[in-house]
Amino acid sequence: MTKTHIFVCGGIGCRAMESEQLRKNFQREILVRGLSDEVQVVTTGCFGFCEKGPLVKILPDQTFYVQVSPDDAAEIVSEHIIHQRKVERLLYIDPETRKRVTESKDMDFYKRQFRIALRNCGVIDPDNIEEYIARDGYSAIAKCLTEYTPEKVIDIVKKSGLRGRGGGGFPTGLKWEITRKSENSQKYVVCNADEGDPGAFMDRSILEGDPHSVIEAMAICGYCIGADKGLIYIRAEYPLAIKRLKRALQQAVDTGLLGRDILGTGFNFEIEIRYGAGAFVCGEETALIHSMEGCRGEPTFKPPFPSVEGYMGKPTNVNNVETFANIPVIINKGAEWFSAIGTEKSKGTKVFALAGKINNVGLIEVPMGTTLREIIYDIGGGIKDGKKFKAVQTGGPSGGCLSEKYLDTPIDYDNLIEAGSMMGSGGMIVLDENDCMVSIAKFYLGFTLDESCGKCAPCRIGNKRLYEKLDKITSGEGTMEDLVRLKSLSLVIKDTSLCGLGQSSPNPVLSTLTNFYDEYVAHVKEKKCPSKQCKDLINFTIIEDKCTGCTLCFRNCPVEAISGEKSKIHHIHQDKCIKCGLCYSKCKFEAILIE
Amino acid sequence: MEKIKSVADLKKLKQQSALSRKSGDESSQQNAITIKVAMATCGIASGARETYDYFVQELKRQKINAIVSQTGCMSYCYAEPTVEITLPHEEPVVFGFVNTAKAQEIVDRYILHHEFVDGVIPASYKTV
Amino acid sequence: MIKITIDQKTVSVPRGTTILEAAEKAGIDIPTLCHMKLHDMNIENKPGGCRICVVEVNGRRNLTPSCCTEVEEGMMINTHSMRVINARRTVLELILSDHPAECLTCAKSGDCELQRMAHRLGIREIHCKGEQSAYRIDNSPAIIRDPDKCIMCRRCEMMCNEVQTVGVLSAVHRGFNSVVSPAFEKDLMHSECTFCGQCLAVCPTGALTEVDETTSVVRAISDREKVVVVQTAPAVRAALGEEFGYQAGTVVTGKMVAALRRLGFNYVFDTDFAADLTIMEEGTELLQRLNAFLKGDKSVKLPILTSCCPAWVKFFEHQFPELIDIPSTARSPQQMFGSIAKTYLAEKLGVDRKNMIVVSIMPCVAKKYERGRDEFYVDGNPDVDIVLTTRELAHLIKLCNIDLTTLPEEDFDEPLGQSTGAGVLFGTTGGVIEAAVRTAYEIQTGKALPRINFEELRGMEGFRKAIVDFDGLELNIGIAHGLGNARKLLEDIEQGKSHFHAIEIMSCPGGCIGGGGQPYHHGNADILMKRQHALYTEDELKVIRKSHENPDILKLYAEFLGKPLSEKSHKLLHTNYFNRKAE
Repeated sequence: MTKTHIFVCGGIGCRAMESEQLRKNFQREILVRGLSDEVQVVTTGCFGFCEKGPLVKILPDQTFYVQVSPDDAAEIVSEHIIHQRKVERLLYIDPETRKRVTESKDMDFYKRQFRIALRNCGVIDPDNIEEYIARDGYSAIAKCLTEYTPEKVIDIVKKSGLRGRGGGGFPTGLKWEITRKSENSQKYVVCNADEGDPGAFMDRSILEGDPHSVIEAMAICGYCIGADKGLIYIRAEYPLAIKRLKRALQQAVDTGLLGRDILGTGFNFEIEIRYGAGAFVCGEETALIHSMEGCRGEPTFKPPFPSVEGYMGKPTNVNNVETFANIPVIINKGAEWFSAIGTEKSKGTKVFALAGKINNVGLIEVPMGTTLREIIYDIGGGIKDGKKFKAVQTGGPSGGCLSEKYLDTPIDYDNLIEAGSMMGSGGMIVLDENDCMVSIAKFYLGFTLDESCGKCAPCRIGNKRLYEKLDKITSGEGTMEDLVRLKSLSLVIKDTSLCGLGQSSPNPVLSTLTNFYDEYVAHVKEKKCPSKQCKDLINFTIIEDKCTGCTLCFRNCPVEAISGEKSKIHHIHQDKCIKCGLCYSKCKFEAILIE
Repeated sequence: MEKIKSVADLKKLKQQSALSRKSGDESSQQNAITIKVAMATCGIASGARETYDYFVQELKRQKINAIVSQTGCMSYCYAEPTVEITLPHEEPVVFGFVNTAKAQEIVDRYILHHEFVDGVIPASYKTV
Repeated sequence: MIKITIDQKTVSVPRGTTILEAAEKAGIDIPTLCHMKLHDMNIENKPGGCRICVVEVNGRRNLTPSCCTEVEEGMMINTHSMRVINARRTVLELILSDHPAECLTCAKSGDCELQRMAHRLGIREIHCKGEQSAYRIDNSPAIIRDPDKCIMCRRCEMMCNEVQTVGVLSAVHRGFNSVVSPAFEKDLMHSECTFCGQCLAVCPTGALTEVDETTSVVRAISDREKVVVVQTAPAVRAALGEEFGYQAGTVVTGKMVAALRRLGFNYVFDTDFAADLTIMEEGTELLQRLNAFLKGDKSVKLPILTSCCPAWVKFFEHQFPELIDIPSTARSPQQMFGSIAKTYLAEKLGVDRKNMIVVSIMPCVAKKYERGRDEFYVDGNPDVDIVLTTRELAHLIKLCNIDLTTLPEEDFDEPLGQSTGAGVLFGTTGGVIEAAVRTAYEIQTGKALPRINFEELRGMEGFRKAIVDFDGLELNIGIAHGLGNARKLLEDIEQGKSHFHAIEIMSCPGGCIGGGGQPYHHGNADILMKRQHALYTEDELKVIRKSHENPDILKLYAEFLGKPLSEKSHKLLHTNYFNRKAE
């Protein structure tokens, strides 16, 4: 007989709502009723439907209960397990049909994630081309080469509405068309695998988990634009991705899926790997091309666009890894299928690297138009340690920080730009009440400062000046005039910089100035950091009523800034304190105050 | 590796590969338990390689017919290392936080006795 | 043609024209800092980096740099809206915020394009002060690099890499720390730098300047024990006037001689004399090699390459050491002069060479390096003691309260002052070879030249070929100026693609008239054309126009050297080269 399993969601969101107690109650009920041999309680990872937690799923019949409190355990065991009757009141009510949904298979809509680009990641063995082929691999290129003209394929990609996933969001089909129309006997397909946004790693994951999808898509692109040579520009810091990519390329060559006369159609295509040293700016396509040419990785003014004059002066189509990974599916499933997913102007899905103060840190892929709230609370399982949400940073150093009021904004290219941020390559960092927004802006600007190529004056010097102003503010020396200058300088940098890096580098500053102006003012006027993060603006003191004189802080202080005798109240000497916070974290009696 | 010279070749290979992976086939190879260990850089960094080796050794030791293979990122970064196990005739199940101790538990309870253990990660996505 | 509107003016310009060029056509002068274009010379720098030339184009999200944006039909452009002026001033303030405020003591003061831009845009305050870059100053015998003053316009980099193909200067580091420098921030002296000085000729600020030796000259002149002799190179007289308000192309030879005399030099001589001497040696060497070759001597190396240009010499020593035995062994005119001055002249004057100071006035900064080469020292005493550029001479004249414009025209001193039109031509591209041809023709054929001007050797194209008829014997002549063109020529020779008998190479575009030590042209190529024209005119005005007819030269051989390529000539007037590839 198949054992009955009670899955209790152990995701952190559900745990915050006593799912641990629920599990204990289930176990007690089962023990009491002597069902231990037939029924087993299992704690699972997050179901991704946290707003309706705690969640319970019963196997083998797949019944799904929502908002189950610890008190409901007895009823579920007696009703569902013993009497085989569903507990109606705990079933999920479909908001559209107003009907109760019983089985989780009818509840697929709670699965907010939809994987297109990541379809094979974690599913196939990336080192085995046969596994890729078994999952429709290389059938898209076969279809293109035998059934479609290049124009037809471009038309499909155009109609699909696919836009560049590297950040810019340029329509992919249009790019292909322009490159096709640039007449030249030699053209190139370039895959931009120079993933550089802090925290973003979807391109690496795709190359490590499904390299053939990128290879296949590059060949399709080559067929469309009239190129027989592809180049993958990948950062050397991705050794595993390079290893898997190399193996995949070798297999594709060995099987004849790359090389001359592919599938007997007369189409030739080969791919070479080029390594980058990991400069962020080399994600910008002209800088990437110069880097591949052996020159300094610096952008040049566009036009001419690479589609007209790119690698070695030849027409070059540059797409990012995730963009390519979508292509075979679009060919196989059709433009209509793809364009049915997403919003009006942004079709398909987007992969995000969800990180920061969130419970389920991970790589997610959601249809365009999913809201931040759905991502953060349902998929991400909410904010860590039950803290309050403050902001979400999207688009990496080129993006901005969005406050609570944008939580219900459907995410797509245009909405994010309108909100003062951008899609970028899909970094998504969640910030809670303990994060100081001025420091966050400073952090991102510090990144840009290191990564600017230094070619144009506004980016080279302007960002340095912005950084210095932010540093002044976080040190408590800022003035209200600095806030005005921050904004005006940011706007000039955006308006005059040469490439996308400089044109977007002040976004973290501008978006925090807009959405969290009060925090800036607090730093400047009250000389206070509301999140208590800026060391120059906080003091550690001992709350005398709570101090037990245990000496723990005294013993842990690295600079001997605490004095006191055993069982007597201790004191922190402000002149010596380096604000490391060690006393605060060590104190067992919450007797240390940060103010 | 055999050359794929035409679309027909490609289709043939696809069918062969798909067939050999379809559960329910009666040959021993196809009836095996499959274990996929997520081995992207992040998985490996959190110990996926040790987990992988452990499964290989332990299954061999217990003479359990299983195919252990590597795969890419399963995207549950918070629960690395992650492992997907498919028992014959059953849906694949993903387990998180699979260190060697957890791997042992999975072998003893899930693989041998079809009992779930803590750390199951429910599939939270649809795919093409 | 494409029709656009700039500041309400409508202009039609050809496709491919930039907004900057179109504006110029409409009489609108958009300020630029990094952009530089030498018309007709195929030299252009437009990295789009300074962002000073940004303008507002209707329908575009951001401001666009006019130097690298091509016009599109119907474009509406505003070059001075509030948004543009604010952006332009802010960007300039940013650049100034990372620039030392040492204008009063900067070598470039008064000639600095950044200073001029700050004045033009009316910068009165720098609102965004902050940390300034701090780099090490790189001193070499010829060029001083002060990277703190670099504004990353990349003009020097373009000159060094694209025009000269020397590849020493390039941007290093990133972001705020980025600066133009030799690789690994090596010193220029330890790089493959040829000291051609084209970098400093185009540097808008004081980041690249020549080593200033004017004080050494004043000190030497003030020393009563020393006999101070000066020589002036041909290209100097065609450019010095520019520093005193004369139109480009005004020849000021006589006034320059008068000024030098008033400065206190004991003898004012002419490098043109040494140029004539060079022709005697180099021309004879050419004929010797040529005749041996014609007689079937396979060991003879052709083509013969000129060797007057020190930057070119250093260039092939680094880049083409395998061709080290092709160039003429003749020293440059500067060094021939020094050598003769400290032997022949010193003997005549009864002065010990240690008490003679030879000063050169050169259009060139590489000459400062050349004079210091070990092989040009005798017993620890250099043949040439001090080298001043044209610019330094102008400063020195001003320093000594001399008004060049009111001076009378005076003649050079004897015996090293008389020169021919051939010697004058050394200052321009094609001039050395034309001078050589005039002499070689008459010696080889024994006949008088039917014509003196060889138009086929003249011009400004970077790489020219000509066939000169030596009374039935056709000589293939190649001419290159700019080291990039020289490289092409040498590679052709290496690959056996070109067969020349003689080749003239000058490092600087235009030859010495465009030398790194000349008054700044600030991107105006017309100035170079005018200087070239001036030298041709000077040649035409000379009574004697062939080197071998210079009576002082003939006297020098009769009294002292014997004949060209004699043993004494070899010792005093010839040199050898070094493989510097390993350096």
